[in-house]
Amino acid sequence: MAYSEKVVDHYNNPRNVGSFGKDTPGVGTGLVGAPECGDVMKLQIRVNLETGVIEDAKFKTFGCGSAIASSSLATEWLKGKTVDEAAKIKNTDIVNELKLPPVKIHCSVLAEDAIKAALADYKDKNASAAAPVASK
Amino acid sequence: MALKFPIFMDAQSTTPCDPRVVEAMLPYFTEKFGHPASRNHPFGWEAEAAVDVARGRLAKLIGARDPKELVFTSGGTEAINLALKGVAEMYREKGNHIVTTAIEQRAGIDVAKRLERQGFEVTYVPVQPDGLIDVEEIRKAITDKTILISVMFANNEIGTIQDVAAIGKLAKEKSILFHTDATQAVGKTPVDVEAMGIDLLSCTAHLLYGPKGVGALYVRRKGPRVRLAPLFDGGGHERGMRSGTLPVPLCVGFGRAAEIAQESMTAENARIAKMRDQLQDLILSSVDEAFLNGRPDRRLAGNLNISFAYVEGESVLMGLNKETALSSGSACTSSTLEPSYVIAALGASAELAHSSIRFSLHRFNTDEEVEYVGQRTIEVIKRLRDMSPLYELAKEGIDLKTIKWKAE
Repeated sequence: MAYSEKVVDHYNNPRNVGSFGKDTPGVGTGLVGAPECGDVMKLQIRVNLETGVIEDAKFKTFGCGSAIASSSLATEWLKGKTVDEAAKIKNTDIVNELKLPPVKIHCSVLAEDAIKAALADYKDKNASAAAPVASK
Repeated sequence: MALKFPIFMDAQSTTPCDPRVVEAMLPYFTEKFGHPASRNHPFGWEAEAAVDVARGRLAKLIGARDPKELVFTSGGTEAINLALKGVAEMYREKGNHIVTTAIEQRAGIDVAKRLERQGFEVTYVPVQPDGLIDVEEIRKAITDKTILISVMFANNEIGTIQDVAAIGKLAKEKSILFHTDATQAVGKTPVDVEAMGIDLLSCTAHLLYGPKGVGALYVRRKGPRVRLAPLFDGGGHERGMRSGTLPVPLCVGFGRAAEIAQESMTAENARIAKMRDQLQDLILSSVDEAFLNGRPDRRLAGNLNISFAYVEGESVLMGLNKETALSSGSACTSSTLEPSYVIAALGASAELAHSSIRFSLHRFNTDEEVEYVGQRTIEVIKRLRDMSPLYELAKEGIDLKTIKWKAE
């Protein structure tokens, strides 16, 4: 199976690999997938508590090249979006951008799950502090 | 010597044809094109003689008494199908039980599954953590309905060589036919159907530097005389067991490959095992939490199978595939989307099955290639671990088993 150019690019030059401290204010963490399934993604966002804008995003992924590319792309897209805008990213957007073949669609689904999990974690942790801004 | 890319270290999937094999085959495409079953003219005689020579060379390599005991097929898969289905149909009145193992290659497993759907009972003997089958487990599985024991000689993923002679002895003792899938073994490790008590043996040319598209099934003629129902009907070639015009150039190539293997096996195995050991030492001394799969002292010379914890196999291959051809037990590299059932059968976690990489070396690899592949593998593993959330968690001292994973 040949990989699309964009998958190869993200695999070779992954964007935003790394971690934030889980308990840093404004950080939301999503950890999805399972080792026995061969895919685990950790996706983190760091939200500006004043504006509700995602200022930075980081990921770490255990998985195939398409899983790495899907999460790398997700972090790129998350930056600069508000929490509400971020919730609108769909797995199909990732499929289209990376030209993923049918057998790799689950990688994009996992990336969408990771985004949702990170947003939910952020909202949980900041329900009281940032609620007015984050859920405008 | 300058390295030539890509480097091939996937010799348990296939091997390149040895130039000497190609040279032997060429005349049989053009001037010596006869049909070996044409009994009444020189073209046929010439072709038949060539096939007989090839059959004789292959017989010698596996220790068969009589070259006629070898039936040419289209490859290993057909040989395995013919052995299992042929015995099942022919001996059905005697019994309906077959004993095989959990680590047979796909052809072996899939034929057994089909026979189960047709009313046969199959016992899949488990494998020990080191990749060896316990012969006592086979003994325990045998019933008075058992007509066939089928155990692979050497495994395609972990290279483990089974105690075939002990299984052959058990089969003799119980008067049960014994088939071994020796597709990975013939030409790579000593095989002797007489000394090892083998009644049926499947092999293929393309794994011993011969051409793709030809294999053979050894079918014992004496003590006992094995009978087989053919897979398909036709001109009754190959003693009625495999109708169809023989691919003479491929048979000739198979024979030449067998001859070369016989001459060079001992020296070649020593050389290949030395390179394999160098690769193994280099990687295992540089990468933590890398686990060797399969028993080290009962392995094919060219086989090295390692699970790299916390990284997924396909992503490792992707980091190397412009320059090095390897294979992985990862689900993402299989057509079934399941991780390696062989690694899983060893009792390893599914995660380690996803993380397994097979290096399989061959006749034409060099020390320089080994050094390069080893170093590059180490780099790729380190890079992927830096972006692995599992490695990060493990380094924080968190036991991954305690995490409640949200699977898709």
